[in-house]
Amino acid sequence: MSATTAKVDHAPLPSAARCGLARVGLELRMFFREPTAVTFIFAYPVVMLAIFATVFGQDGAMLGPSHAFSYAQYFLPAMIATGVMLSSFQTLAITIAVERDQGELKRLRGTPMPATSYFIGKIGLVLVTSLAQTALLLAVAVILYDVPMPSSPTNWATFAWVFVLASATGCVCGIGFSCVPSSGRAASAVVTPVVLILQFISGVFFQFENLPTWMQQVASLFPLKWMAQGMRSVFLPASAEAIEVGGSWQHGATAAVLVVWLVLGLVIGVRAFRWTRRDDS
Amino acid sequence: MSPSPDLAVEVHALRKRYGDKLAVDGLDLSVHRGEIFAILGPNGAGKTTTVEILEGFRSRDGGEVQVLGVDPARADRVWRSRIGIVLQSPGDQGELTVGELVRHFARYYPNPRDPGEVIDAVGLAESAGTRARQLSGGQRRRLDVALGIIGRPELLFLDEPTTGFDPAARRSFWALLAGLRDDGTTVLLTTHYLDEAEHLADRVAVVRDGRLLTLGTPDDLGGRTDQAAIVRWTERSPDGTVRHREGRTHAPSAFVRELSLQAGLGADAEVPGLQILRPSLEDVYLALIGEPSTEQSALPLAEGAR
Repeated sequence: MSATTAKVDHAPLPSAARCGLARVGLELRMFFREPTAVTFIFAYPVVMLAIFATVFGQDGAMLGPSHAFSYAQYFLPAMIATGVMLSSFQTLAITIAVERDQGELKRLRGTPMPATSYFIGKIGLVLVTSLAQTALLLAVAVILYDVPMPSSPTNWATFAWVFVLASATGCVCGIGFSCVPSSGRAASAVVTPVVLILQFISGVFFQFENLPTWMQQVASLFPLKWMAQGMRSVFLPASAEAIEVGGSWQHGATAAVLVVWLVLGLVIGVRAFRWTRRDDS
Repeated sequence: MSPSPDLAVEVHALRKRYGDKLAVDGLDLSVHRGEIFAILGPNGAGKTTTVEILEGFRSRDGGEVQVLGVDPARADRVWRSRIGIVLQSPGDQGELTVGELVRHFARYYPNPRDPGEVIDAVGLAESAGTRARQLSGGQRRRLDVALGIIGRPELLFLDEPTTGFDPAARRSFWALLAGLRDDGTTVLLTTHYLDEAEHLADRVAVVRDGRLLTLGTPDDLGGRTDQAAIVRWTERSPDGTVRHREGRTHAPSAFVRELSLQAGLGADAEVPGLQILRPSLEDVYLALIGEPSTEQSALPLAEGAR
């Protein structure tokens, strides 16, 4: 078996970036072979957008000052934010918990694969899936609901930083949260309610300004509210800024809250991350 | 403890505690380079704990450990590229094919084996395009081994590798490991199968309650060759009844010679019903770990013990 490849002493280890790229490919392959996960990640925001646009937007109902935009346009940013949260936070929190429980992480730990490469693989997966999912949402919104797309580069620049910061925060929080479920089987049951509650209180399913004040205040502590608000600042007309609770898009606060969660997620994630089950040390 | 170049593994006074229980209690082991070394013991003997300390997965509470000259508690990537690990229950990744997994894992190592050759060697050539989920239990285990040896390890750890195998699969698995040893790979395996240790291992350590009970070649385990042989024969009394007789001796040849002379049969004659029994590995093992023998072989049991 060893005949064809000669023994080379001190051959250099493959770099973390190389291993990481290989992991991205593997992660994508694994993801797209799980039809239920693919369907959920891609269909959920689109179906939700369709339901809300249809239910609230009956008979051509419009929203905002001087009825400037449709319900589809109002809910599109929230659905983009939800989609990013699903494909970053929810996907990572559940899949990493399952991989840990099944011993996959332990097996990887027994190879010379650098830890960084594992996370590069996960982040690559999140970027590809959340970009694809956002593109799908935008296409549905434009084609089926005639939602106008912003034309100003400033709006798209805002979209870019909110999207990147939101994905990054979702990733690190998902990696950290993967240590919370006690087993792989419990992972969905622990992670999904967290996501669902955040969606309800963060103005994803309702107009945020119509929620009770205390709920708005609770939601302001978590990233999803700010992700949705940041996306609204991209896809709603400037006139909609007036109906925001704060009376403005609050880009500074959005960036600050997301960065705080990013740092918090990193610190907790680095300390809490385990390659083995809790009962296995 | 300075690392010795001839030893792949050196363990001295290893201790590991879980709560009040000492899982490993002062264990000493050395594994030579190029040998297949088996750790044999009942469930809960501390086999997996010991091996996982050697693999760098678990911390220890005391003692010294050197694996390929490195303390596994301070393991780095270079060290991990020199060992191969087959865990007792490794991960799933069921949606990937055998070929994809083996080729992928090869990319972690500086000098991997050829993925196609490894897949051939573990007997999965026919299943290279099959998703891991669809493999049988034995094939899954072979895939685990393929992933364990793809990096051309100097030292391969196998934790109960053949649990759940059918006899034919075990035979070919043993042949695979013997081939790896002949290639120069040191193999450290845990098992609770006596025949596996007997067939495969150059040396066997029997552990119980985290302690080493005995260490030796399978043929000579527990001083088996030095133990008294049991000679059984039948004797016909003058009244015609047949009696079964039994004697213990350290010199069975002389004993039998004496027997034939005593019976007045002459040196060439056959002693009727002659059997010479040595304690089997199982007898030795069960005596060591303090379990009653289940077979009524060389060590007869009292009536109430079964």
